[in-house]
Amino acid sequence: MAYSDKVIDHYDNPRNVGSFDKEDANVGTGMVGAPACGDVMRLQIKVGADGVIEEARFKTYGCGSAIASSSLVTEWVKGKTLDEALEIKNAEIANELALPPVKIHCSVLAEDAIRAAIDDYRSKQAPAEGGYAACTPQPATA
Amino acid sequence: MGSTATTSGRRPIYLDYSATTPVDPRVAAKMWPYLTESFGNPASRSHAYGWEAEEAVENARAEVAALIGADPREIVFTSGATESDNLAIKGAAHFHKGRGRHLITMTTEHKAVLDSMRQLEREGFEVSYLPPRPDGLLDLELLAKTLRPDTILVSVMHVNNEIGVIQDLEAIGTLCRRHGVLFHVDAAQSAGKTPIDLATLPVDLMALSAHKIYGPKGIGALYVRRKPRTRIAAEIHGGGHEGGLRSGTLATHQIAGLGEAYRLARLEMAMDNARIGKLRDRLLAGLMVHDEVYVNGDLARRVPHNLNVSFNFVEGESLMMAMKDIAVSSGSACTSASLEPSYVLRALGRSDELAHSSIRFSLGRFTTDADIDAALAVIGGAIEKLRALSPLWEMHQEGIDLASVKWAAH
Repeated sequence: MAYSDKVIDHYDNPRNVGSFDKEDANVGTGMVGAPACGDVMRLQIKVGADGVIEEARFKTYGCGSAIASSSLVTEWVKGKTLDEALEIKNAEIANELALPPVKIHCSVLAEDAIRAAIDDYRSKQAPAEGGYAACTPQPATA
Repeated sequence: MGSTATTSGRRPIYLDYSATTPVDPRVAAKMWPYLTESFGNPASRSHAYGWEAEEAVENARAEVAALIGADPREIVFTSGATESDNLAIKGAAHFHKGRGRHLITMTTEHKAVLDSMRQLEREGFEVSYLPPRPDGLLDLELLAKTLRPDTILVSVMHVNNEIGVIQDLEAIGTLCRRHGVLFHVDAAQSAGKTPIDLATLPVDLMALSAHKIYGPKGIGALYVRRKPRTRIAAEIHGGGHEGGLRSGTLATHQIAGLGEAYRLARLEMAMDNARIGKLRDRLLAGLMVHDEVYVNGDLARRVPHNLNVSFNFVEGESLMMAMKDIAVSSGSACTSASLEPSYVLRALGRSDELAHSSIRFSLGRFTTDADIDAALAVIGGAIEKLRALSPLWEMHQEGIDLASVKWAAH
């Protein structure tokens, strides 16, 4: 399978790989996908007092396109407000990386990861509302 | 991509001998004269051109027979193992349909067998697909329970193409004989790689390939037992070549190549296997240095050139991408057209994750120690890089049981 130059660039030099403390009140964590499907993305955002995303980190289990999609969104969400970040659509990700049709689901997953991370952050800020911790792993024994 | 060169400028290290092999230069040399000078039609009985071509074909037939302990008259040349599987399975079913309409095979068979069976199902035959045991081998008791009075054929591959396990042909064939059922064996991955003696093995039909054992693509053979006589119907009709079982002008140069490849395999198999087995052990030892590496299929009952492993918490396609300097096969989704993980590994009971992260290494006559060491260096780097990227690896390190996590389906 031939990958676009941009996918290969993100794959060879992934941006912002790593983790933040997921207990930190200023951090939102979104984990989407499933191992059985061949891809799991974890996106974390660190939000400043002004509501702007200061930094983002990711780790992804998946194909090159999944890794590239999540690497790309860590760059794109940085410096955006939460509402601006929610405007990022999977089609833009797919276009930027020139993903073939069979890999579109990778960009969909990346968009879902942004939403999940923001939801997690907002639920921490307003715990009274009973937040929606989308796709955060919930070990049965924990 | 038109070029096989990688970014490093070198060609990738070839560890995909189970997909195909290079033609041995000695084989190529044997084929060449039959394209240019000795170009006669082996069926031309009236002149020297035909005679010399016929002699080449019969010499090759004798070499094929010699490797597997058969009589030359039991060898039918075909275009390859896929055609041989089709001829054996459909030919036997069509000939014996008056006697019964039930066939048995395994879920881990090659598509040439499975799709031939599917075609017979469309024609009104009934097929039982047996799952393997977790080690990849056939459960004989399950086979015995599945045999019926109207069963006409059992088809089981000798060596599995993905995991390299060797089935017990003696035991399976003996069971079939006792029930008066024909036994067909797809030996595409085993001929020339593990000993076969059809003088003693209770096998009625056997599909053979050239290009898996340093011969050319586009040629193979079907062994059809004479005593007791195995009757099958022809699937390709024409000039009545090959005893009427496979019409079409014989490809003398291809057949000469097949014969030479099988002759060399007969002379060199023991030597090749000893050397390749050591290389495989070196590869295995180098891989097991890493945590969470699993061998797929039984390691003892396996051809020496195959190693199929799963690298947990690393996805197969990205692993292939990181190992672009090595030519291997992945059991993972995305390298093939479908998005499903290997059906063979799933049949072994491997989880989706492990099936998604499997790599088949297959070594051969031209693999060297240096190839293995270079491959191990590439693989080690790839695993390290991808696990550093993997949230699953991080969770595993933290002691979280991934099976207990409720994943969001997508």
